[in-house]
Amino acid sequence: MDMFINFLVAAVLAGTPLLFGTVGEIIDQKAGHLNLGVEGMMAIGACAGFMAGYRFDSLALAIAAAFLSGAAAALIYALLTVTFMADQNVTGLTLTIFGCGLSNFIGEYNITRSATGNLKLPENITSQLRSIHIPVLSDIPVVGKLLFSYNIFIYLGVAIAVIVFIYLSKTKTGLNLRTIGENPAAADAVGIHVVRSKYINLLIGGGICGIGGAYCSMIICGGVWMSDSVNGMGWISVALVIFAAWSPLKAIGGSLVFGAFSVLKYYMPKSIITLPNAFYDMLPFIITALILVITSIKKNKGRMQPASCGINYFREER
Amino acid sequence: MAETAVKKQNKFRVRISKRAEIGTKNAVILRAVSIVAAIVAGGLFILAIGYNPFSVYGTIVKGAFSTQMAFQATVKVMIPLLISSLGVTLAFKMKFWNIGAEGQIIVGAIFASYWALFHSELPHYLLITIMFVSGIIGGGLYGLIPAFFKAKFGTNETLFTLVLNYIALNVIVWLRDGAWADPESGGFPKIARFVPNAQLDKVFGIQVGWIIGIILTVLVFIYLKYTKHGYEISVVSESHATARYAGMNPKKIMLRTMFLSGAVCGIAGMVQATGSDMTLATSVAGGVGFTAIIVAWLAQLEPIAILIVSFLFSVLEKGSSVMQSTFGLSTYCADVLQGIILFFVLAGEFFVRYKFVLSGKEREN
Repeated sequence: MDMFINFLVAAVLAGTPLLFGTVGEIIDQKAGHLNLGVEGMMAIGACAGFMAGYRFDSLALAIAAAFLSGAAAALIYALLTVTFMADQNVTGLTLTIFGCGLSNFIGEYNITRSATGNLKLPENITSQLRSIHIPVLSDIPVVGKLLFSYNIFIYLGVAIAVIVFIYLSKTKTGLNLRTIGENPAAADAVGIHVVRSKYINLLIGGGICGIGGAYCSMIICGGVWMSDSVNGMGWISVALVIFAAWSPLKAIGGSLVFGAFSVLKYYMPKSIITLPNAFYDMLPFIITALILVITSIKKNKGRMQPASCGINYFREER
Repeated sequence: MAETAVKKQNKFRVRISKRAEIGTKNAVILRAVSIVAAIVAGGLFILAIGYNPFSVYGTIVKGAFSTQMAFQATVKVMIPLLISSLGVTLAFKMKFWNIGAEGQIIVGAIFASYWALFHSELPHYLLITIMFVSGIIGGGLYGLIPAFFKAKFGTNETLFTLVLNYIALNVIVWLRDGAWADPESGGFPKIARFVPNAQLDKVFGIQVGWIIGIILTVLVFIYLKYTKHGYEISVVSESHATARYAGMNPKKIMLRTMFLSGAVCGIAGMVQATGSDMTLATSVAGGVGFTAIIVAWLAQLEPIAILIVSFLFSVLEKGSSVMQSTFGLSTYCADVLQGIILFFVLAGEFFVRYKFVLSGKEREN
């Protein structure tokens, strides 16, 4: 039983960066943009968040820097795909190569200029990143550990997912955005400002991805800078969008499931079944592939990519 | 409400309009301008981090060409990139978004490696031929999977091919940690080095893959431009309905083309494993499948241009490896410069197809 609770807690911890990446990409896709640059935006957020924390010794500044730099990376993408109508796939891939390169480059650059030969977050921040103890709540047996034993990022991630869900399904701006994703010409015709809305939402999506990156560099790597800390999380997030059926709420469950897969190999009792680690690492992708196939067979309207995703909108071709 | 919207839009002084045919000459000039702008922007980046752009660029070029060994290494970087760029081009010509070159490279390499590891006693040229064909079959079949589901159910190929990459990568890890683990590695997870009999021959000191790459460039060029298949691909890319009306079978064409696209990527994997790595490493594709997409796109899906672009990319990649020793700058600098250059070229493409027009001038409706 204890083992099982530990497993669930580990799954939450492992799934959180995916939650940020997925929610960010859901916003992008709802705006009609299949952004393959999640990995790059997360990498840039990872770098900016870590460096801000390292320099200024402030967690709030670190998170703000991660958000803003992720949004700045998304601005490049938005400028190229919305205004310059460049191919979304190529732009996204380029953003990934650029973002990962820049992140690692700045990291190494600072390492060679540091006195100790490595970069370590100040103690003040690492202590803030440990799990928060909420009086009473955290002390409840089982439930306390399952729900109230985490660091600040996890609560932030769930809060963002819920807010984005409300935004996309209950607010007028959010519904307008979904119209843009399905049919930008129709949205334009009813007076929705397509270009402005795409810019704003792509930037927000990128910022959320950036925070997910900061989680990778600041928490997963234990407060010491490491190259490639995002390590494919961005790509898994793109896959997770499908698994979550473009819903931020399902993304919470989805990232928990994917997080569980990634730690399953450490918790599966060897006496029951022994499978190679690679199989566990492969599982999320196999399931995503199956979901892709099944949804395309069923043509389930609720579980489809927004119709204009991948296609740039050019007013004169309405 | 509607009135305010109209008012708002009139405030915009500049709007975008499609250009008429710009002409090859102007298009070339525009692209050259954007590349120059990109190099300048890259230089500014180098300047910003406190280095002399001229000496850094000079070092990159020197690092790629200065010695015979450096040049050979540059070509070695180029081989898988060139071949897989040709591979994805076949699919892209059909507007089939094959993001899965990475996975197809890996599966091609796995199929080829089987023979190198377990049947290395076969006569050399027979063995190499079998490995080559296996690479084709492996990559081709892996390319066929997303094509089959796309043809049958309309499954989104961008996402599907993307996911397949990671499945393939984990298959190598699986083999490395299990059935194909090197018993003599002392616990270190790796697959055994291929015996010399299973390694590709060298021509002018570089593995023979460069000749395969050049032959494939010519073949793909001819295939796309002068064969019936190539014509069918271009019709299918425009409209499946048109293709059907003309008596073609779009599904069959899609399956065939994706098999070929994956097969060519599979060759890239076979060549990389047996010619450069001499083993099956998890890094056999190492991001080449993604870079190939960018190369193919930059080269406008023209095989001859792919040859040039993939060479330039390799110069940047190889040349940057010298920057570590010369300037103490990490090799990641190459990725940053690549990114900057690409951003500029992507933006430059816009001006080939569109122009900004001052509003009020041609606005009638």
